[in-house]
Amino acid sequence: MTTETTTPAPRAADEPPAGATPRAKRRASGHLRLLTRRDRVTLGLMAGVPTVLHVLLVWVTALASIALAFTTWDGIGFDSIKWVGLDNFRQLFADNPQFWPAVEHNVIWFAVLIVIPTPFGLFLAVQLDKRIRFSRVYQTAYFLPVVISMACIGFVWQLVYNPDTGLINSLIGANRPGHYIDWIGDPDLNLWAVLVAASWRHTGYMMILYLAGLKSVDPSLREAAALDGANEWQTFRGVIFPTLRPTNTVVLVVTIIEALRAFDLVFVFNKGAQGTELLSILVTNNIIGESSRIGYGSAIAVVLLVISLAVIIPYLIATFRKERRA
Amino acid sequence: MRLSPSGLSVPGPSRRSLLRGAGGAALLAGAGVPLLSACGGSGSASDPKTVSLGSNASDAVPKKAFAEMYAAFQKQSGVKVAVNTKDHNTFQEQINSYLQGTPDDVFNWFAGYRMQFFASKKLATPIDDVWAKVGDNFPEAMHKLSKGADGKYYFVPLYTYAWAVFYRKSVFQQHGYEVPTTWDQLVALCKRMKKDGLVPIAFGDKDAWPAMGTFDQINFRLNGYDFHVELMAGKASWTDPKVKAVFDHWAEILPYHQDGAAGRIWQDAAQSLVAKKSGMYLIGSFVAQQFTNKADLDDLDFFPFPEINSAYGQDTVEAPTDGFMLSRNPKNKAGADKLLEYLGTPAAEAIYLKADPTVVAASSKADTSSYTPLQKKMYEMISGAKSLTQFMDRDSRPDFTSTVMQPALQKFVQNPKGVDALLSSIERQKKTIFASE
Repeated sequence: MTTETTTPAPRAADEPPAGATPRAKRRASGHLRLLTRRDRVTLGLMAGVPTVLHVLLVWVTALASIALAFTTWDGIGFDSIKWVGLDNFRQLFADNPQFWPAVEHNVIWFAVLIVIPTPFGLFLAVQLDKRIRFSRVYQTAYFLPVVISMACIGFVWQLVYNPDTGLINSLIGANRPGHYIDWIGDPDLNLWAVLVAASWRHTGYMMILYLAGLKSVDPSLREAAALDGANEWQTFRGVIFPTLRPTNTVVLVVTIIEALRAFDLVFVFNKGAQGTELLSILVTNNIIGESSRIGYGSAIAVVLLVISLAVIIPYLIATFRKERRA
Repeated sequence: MRLSPSGLSVPGPSRRSLLRGAGGAALLAGAGVPLLSACGGSGSASDPKTVSLGSNASDAVPKKAFAEMYAAFQKQSGVKVAVNTKDHNTFQEQINSYLQGTPDDVFNWFAGYRMQFFASKKLATPIDDVWAKVGDNFPEAMHKLSKGADGKYYFVPLYTYAWAVFYRKSVFQQHGYEVPTTWDQLVALCKRMKKDGLVPIAFGDKDAWPAMGTFDQINFRLNGYDFHVELMAGKASWTDPKVKAVFDHWAEILPYHQDGAAGRIWQDAAQSLVAKKSGMYLIGSFVAQQFTNKADLDDLDFFPFPEINSAYGQDTVEAPTDGFMLSRNPKNKAGADKLLEYLGTPAAEAIYLKADPTVVAASSKADTSSYTPLQKKMYEMISGAKSLTQFMDRDSRPDFTSTVMQPALQKFVQNPKGVDALLSSIERQKKTIFASE
């Protein structure tokens, strides 16, 4: 077993530098003569230390967890690692009642974020871009939830949704026996309840991103559109929105990342109980604490990694292609 | 809000704390585990006059009580106890890596499967020599609880507490209720309470462990202690009709439980008992911590869960027990043995109990004169029991209970139909988890 865990690591350790060196060499060869010895040492340290850290903390750990996904291990002594092949994945796909709901909830999370708070954030950004009075105050107000940590947001909303003493149930009188609305526990409701909290935060985030994008739109474009007699909606649709294309890409990527890494909010809210299972929470529940199903938890983490890669790789390809063209 | 109930006397919840989130990121890769073991270092070297002790008593009251115990030990033996206190939740989170690293000589832990697990992994040292001296202080049930699977002793119990049905005497008096002793009486009482506008049984299962307590009670009342142990050990099948019958009984009283339970923490459920809105509450005796008013506390009483099957009566009590273990490579074994011997004496227990009136001494020789009526009754119930259980997450594999049973029972509480599918799913997952041993 140990051979399997160790062999992929050094191979991978070679990979990133292998990709990076040719370019570095090309650049270096022209300027190398201009550099003093001290410069070279400094450069070596500045590039070397981060590379070592990166390889150790990102690549080695990622590959170790991929290797562990094919084992069972209770975390006690390395000799208790047992190779089990694809068993973890088979159990995960066939027997784990929480796995598919978790995948579904991660997808719903993304869909809701992209359909509701993102357009709403864009709408707010467009309004604030008009230099209305107190614009700064509004900006600050909408952006504040982004500054607060997710865990705190979960904590606050959990108080709002508390079935007995929470704000909502107290206001609508749903905290009496027989009338309970269990925002936190009811599997038909809790995901949506927690998504309201997530959207509340995401709107502010999107607003700031779009506001920055809008600031960079050339004012002459607007003037031209106005001279052509376009009304406000036509200007936005035909001129402004297309120029926001780079921002849209960033927004899309940010939203996907938010959907995949969703964890803290739900963990504080109800620890990923029925209705709010998420992949990230399944990973921690299996690995951390006394549970120590490290192999099984790693298998879930690998699924999460594969999903992330499926999203990120096309994005990277598109970006690099664009860079090369430019 | 308290993310986890305070105090040592609370069972499962501590594992599921916010801290896990923080630790989670670091451990996602799995490779973090061996690295972490470096964190559990013990301060002192092999000084014959010092014993190091890893403590999870991070709350002010128990911490002080333990400190007094150790001070008394030092006065008696001249050996100093160097206490290394960690946050209660963190201690449990890190126990695996802590015991593999350089643990303290003696550490706080729980009786039952969770103790036997570390014993069988050779992460604890047997203490038969200690038990040869303190054995007479403990009742037979405590002897059983302190042994590993190999028959050797690994654990010195300090205190214990019981799960039972708690109620307010004044509410029962006011409505003329009588304490139910059989299942039919319990169901009838639930119906009467509902008619009287009370919530018959308070319930909060947001933290997912309280439902395990209900399952335990119905299971050992209906199927007996032996079957319960087999089931917890992964030997009996969850698809056995006996287990199905447990859920059928549960489904019968589930409509009389406080609704919206999946979103409620146990403290809030306890508050409905304090406010006389609920009639009964099946929970551990730590519920008394929620009765902050002295008059309310005096009004609190309990009865053992009613008999379901006359073959077993009320012979089993769920009494989680906390105590001490000796780590695998103690630096000062002689001193640690001396300390464990002292901790197994009634005198040590008396010092601790002064601070925490919601628990009772594990020893049958402890001084009970200062007990409150509630403690006395609890002590009688525990010492009169034929068998003691520890609670589902202490009697079974923690990975099984936390990743399979907790979500499964929460699902059942939400939707009591579809038990068959639920049970076969539990059985499938159980097989893979218990097979990995």
